[in-house]
Amino acid sequence: MLNILKIFSSAPWSAKFGMVVILFYAVISIFAPFIAPYGETELLGRAYEVWSDKFLLGTDNLGRDMLSRLIYGARNTIGLALTITLIAFVLGSLTGMIAAALGGWVDQVLSRIVDVLMSIPSLIFALLILSIFGTAMPYLIGTIAILDATRVFRLARATAMNVAVMDYVEVARLRGEKQGWVIRKEILPNITAPLLAEFGLRFCFVFLFISALSFLGLGIQPPTADWGSMVRDNATLIAFDDITPLLPAGAIALLTVAMNFVVDWMLHKSSGLKDVG
Amino acid sequence: MANILKIVAQRIVLGFLTLFVISLLITFGVELLPGDLAESILGQGATPETVKVFRTELGLDKPAHLRYLSWLAGMATGDMGVSLANKREISELIGLRLSNTIFLGGFAATIAVPLALFLGILAALYRNSLYDRAVNTFTLTSISFPEFFVAYILILFFAIKLGWFPGISNVSTDLSLGDKLYRTLLPAATLTLVVVAHMMRMTRAAIINLLASPYIEMAQLKGIRPMRIILRHALPNALAPIVNVIALNLAYLVVGVVIVEVVFVYPGLGQLMVDSVSKRDIPVVQACSMIFASVYILLNLSADIISIVTNPRLLHPR
Repeated sequence: MLNILKIFSSAPWSAKFGMVVILFYAVISIFAPFIAPYGETELLGRAYEVWSDKFLLGTDNLGRDMLSRLIYGARNTIGLALTITLIAFVLGSLTGMIAAALGGWVDQVLSRIVDVLMSIPSLIFALLILSIFGTAMPYLIGTIAILDATRVFRLARATAMNVAVMDYVEVARLRGEKQGWVIRKEILPNITAPLLAEFGLRFCFVFLFISALSFLGLGIQPPTADWGSMVRDNATLIAFDDITPLLPAGAIALLTVAMNFVVDWMLHKSSGLKDVG
Repeated sequence: MANILKIVAQRIVLGFLTLFVISLLITFGVELLPGDLAESILGQGATPETVKVFRTELGLDKPAHLRYLSWLAGMATGDMGVSLANKREISELIGLRLSNTIFLGGFAATIAVPLALFLGILAALYRNSLYDRAVNTFTLTSISFPEFFVAYILILFFAIKLGWFPGISNVSTDLSLGDKLYRTLLPAATLTLVVVAHMMRMTRAAIINLLASPYIEMAQLKGIRPMRIILRHALPNALAPIVNVIALNLAYLVVGVVIVEVVFVYPGLGQLMVDSVSKRDIPVVQACSMIFASVYILLNLSADIISIVTNPRLLHPR
């Protein structure tokens, strides 16, 4: 505990700010049902009511409490982004390590597939897939996870390549260890650090990507509260000089900024650079 | 020189190979759906007759390779079939919108590229200063903002509060160029804000990288002014990475345009594509994806080629 506090106090202000914000979001999303004044999909009043004591941030286009939806939205959007990032990491790092450990045609096939997937803009690819499969949740998760796994694959393969040529890996092979053992016990522990730093960046990417899709009406489907679609549903309010629709958008931005600050600091620290700039 | 031609030729072949694979992916993506596409889209209530008509319209009754060939021939000749939603010719739907999208992208690029280069060079010149730190924080922030957030903030301030610009960019062909520029200024500004940060950061990195080399130190020791060192000594050598960054960001613009068009209700290709996805109008989506993907790949390809051609080490092999 003391150690954590020490690391925290040594961080620059931007990283401190980032960590506090991330903690805040985590608390909100975990305890959403206890914090939110009303239910996620409860219809409470007229549409587009203004900010008042009853509805702190007013109501949305269907008369649901904006604040409650904002709080539940944290849970849904962040939860989904985390799930997708985790799947992408398992998929990407596993295939990446396999490609690096086996080499040969397995590596060739996997790498070429990834090359093709990465040569199309992600959003366009996602739109194409969603138009064919529809926007059901499993397809949404699968599509984004695969797209994101390509980036993880590149990193995992590159770092695992460096490890795979090490003497201790060769020793393990000569000792007669199986491929799976080599990957799990020799390669994985040595590429965990760079992969962890990448996790933050990939999370930001996925998070922004889902929000963009939801904003386009193709992501998380109603009535589930979600920040991207909340912006879309209430965007008309902006024409009346009301900033309410900007709140969910701002919530997205704040979390990604915070995440980027923390990742920036982690990368800076792990690259061994002294604080010069 | 023959060497460099060979590398460029290889890249071009590879690029077109990628395009080919992607066209395959786009057409055969339909096959990936478990079960029947017609039934999936029309729903449970569809009669066998409507399903049959639908299948003929999409060409699903023909074997896959024939369907691909006729689609490819159609794309090449400009006959992309008809939209499922309103039965209009896709080429007719796309034509005007494509030029609108190119107009918006080009407008954004003409603001963004010089601005990013200028700010990036300044950041490299005054690195580790307050300005540089401010730039660094700004870039981190702006790459974290969703495009629609930036867009709505601009709308709120410049369209609603100040009333300087229209919040909706409904351009049409009969507008004069000035009018068109005026109406697309806000979307173009949004795109600029989104890409400038990234471009600026990479310009800065490319130049700082070079400033560490011995010949720059030599120039400094000779007493040349910093601005001159950057413009005359560093910039020509940093050109390749910078041009690369520009091309990559233009490719990024191609995609960023989708969301910005939806926010500003701009009649472009991106908006058409999003509309068609929600209507599951597959032929239109396929045509749009192919166009977007081609532009993206061709821009990346030209970035590659430019960085090969401008690399002095490849130009004068030992």
